[in-house]
Amino acid sequence: MICGICGKNQATSHFTSIVNGNYKELWLCPECAKNKGIGIGNLFTHTATDFSSFLGSFFGDGLPSRTSATRCKSCGSSFADIARSGKVGCADCYTNFYDELLPSIQKIHGNIRHTGKIASCANPQLKAEKELEKIKTELDNAVKEQNFELAAKLRDKIKEMEGGKDNG
Amino acid sequence: MAEKWYEKNGLEGDVAISSRIRLARNLKNYPFPHLMSLQQKNEVANKIREALEGSNSYIAATFRFINMAQLNDTEAGSLMERHLISPVFAQNRAGKYLLLTDDETISIMINEEDHLRIQVLSEGLSLKKAYDTADKIDTLLDNSLGFAFHNKLGYLTQCPTNLGTGLRASVMLHIPALESGGAIPRLEDNLSKIGLALRGTFGEGTDAQVGLYQLSNQVTLGLSEKNAIENLQNVALQLITKERDMRNEICRRTEIRDYIMRCFGTLRYAVVISHGEGLKLLSAVRMGINEKLINGISLDTVNKLMIELQPCTLSVNSGKQLSPQQRDIMRADILNKSTAHS
Repeated sequence: MICGICGKNQATSHFTSIVNGNYKELWLCPECAKNKGIGIGNLFTHTATDFSSFLGSFFGDGLPSRTSATRCKSCGSSFADIARSGKVGCADCYTNFYDELLPSIQKIHGNIRHTGKIASCANPQLKAEKELEKIKTELDNAVKEQNFELAAKLRDKIKEMEGGKDNG
Repeated sequence: MAEKWYEKNGLEGDVAISSRIRLARNLKNYPFPHLMSLQQKNEVANKIREALEGSNSYIAATFRFINMAQLNDTEAGSLMERHLISPVFAQNRAGKYLLLTDDETISIMINEEDHLRIQVLSEGLSLKKAYDTADKIDTLLDNSLGFAFHNKLGYLTQCPTNLGTGLRASVMLHIPALESGGAIPRLEDNLSKIGLALRGTFGEGTDAQVGLYQLSNQVTLGLSEKNAIENLQNVALQLITKERDMRNEICRRTEIRDYIMRCFGTLRYAVVISHGEGLKLLSAVRMGINEKLINGISLDTVNKLMIELQPCTLSVNSGKQLSPQQRDIMRADILNKSTAHS
């Protein structure tokens, strides 16, 4: 078995991890295993290893590969560059290579949708949706705590916000 | 000089030494740092500095702007030892800058893996408090800089492990009793299943088992900041309770009490103490203080010594370059004096 990270040395250790129910398996050589202890290493390793066969199947069909030809307009990275280095080139790469990156993101986090804080540049609709979600959570909590006065207020607010959305 | 965060003992301070919040952020219109030219790095740094200084916020007034390229290895090493910068940030320092408050609670690394790493440290178990501060600075900077953000993926970062909230929350735990009982591998395993990591710290390079571990969240996408922090806080509290029970149990044993008091004796009288040995001794003494076996030295002092007796910080504070042997003698001297009045 060849090391799954460097692809050169003989693998001596078997590494498995489960994050949020996602099973991940790696064979590593002693050096890469040691490095693995410090950092997470190259997250796209599985993509990079699979990459040749992935490309191969594209070529096999006689179709040009979008992933090898396309470069990010902002930073010039190709998906191959990202897969090789394990580093995303710039913020726009996430839009340009969204479909290619998504499987890795899903594997890492077990999720592909942000539910946290919203940046100032996010679109207003998203901000409004988040605000609504937040108030709905507060409502659930108020009901759980039997704080019905607060619950009533929050319910009115939700109604108002949802009404506002329909009109807008 | 403002009192540093590590000179105070905080909530659940017998086990939780400190809490840390880190937010990864990037500017739009620039590639991530590994693809930037030196000129672009300097440009980004100036923009961030101006955004902070121009904000008229009371927080902004307390920052110092440090050009990492102007520091020597010892100074950079000391920042790392005090957890103000990452090990990566201490190397290849051209184009890297640090914004740091006097009390060393807030540090903003510029051009690390991401354009910004906003970090807040505080004593004891105080994740919420640290997050509130980080959140304020984040909002302040976002308003003038406009951070890279994707409607589905959240804050965009060079490494996809930080996507979403860009939040890494961690608690530094002193769990020597759990460690000596061999509980750590099983804990690491179980925690990884719920998206948390437990990693040994300080022992790196010294091989010393000092019972210091960092508990942190791994998942940043699909979980809000509030939930991530609450999860971490709950697990930290469970570990704290387990550690206390375990300490209670092992400290009833004569050989453990004997070991702790021997460590205290060495701190008080030894003439040469290496970094690794010093940490090992302080770790035992820290447990001894909590179990009321030792009095006359406070947890505040032990926390402070654990930070200040590290090789680079010791050299920086003494104001001169010290050889390893000079450091070991100076360390022993400081430890002798700190334990002399009990």
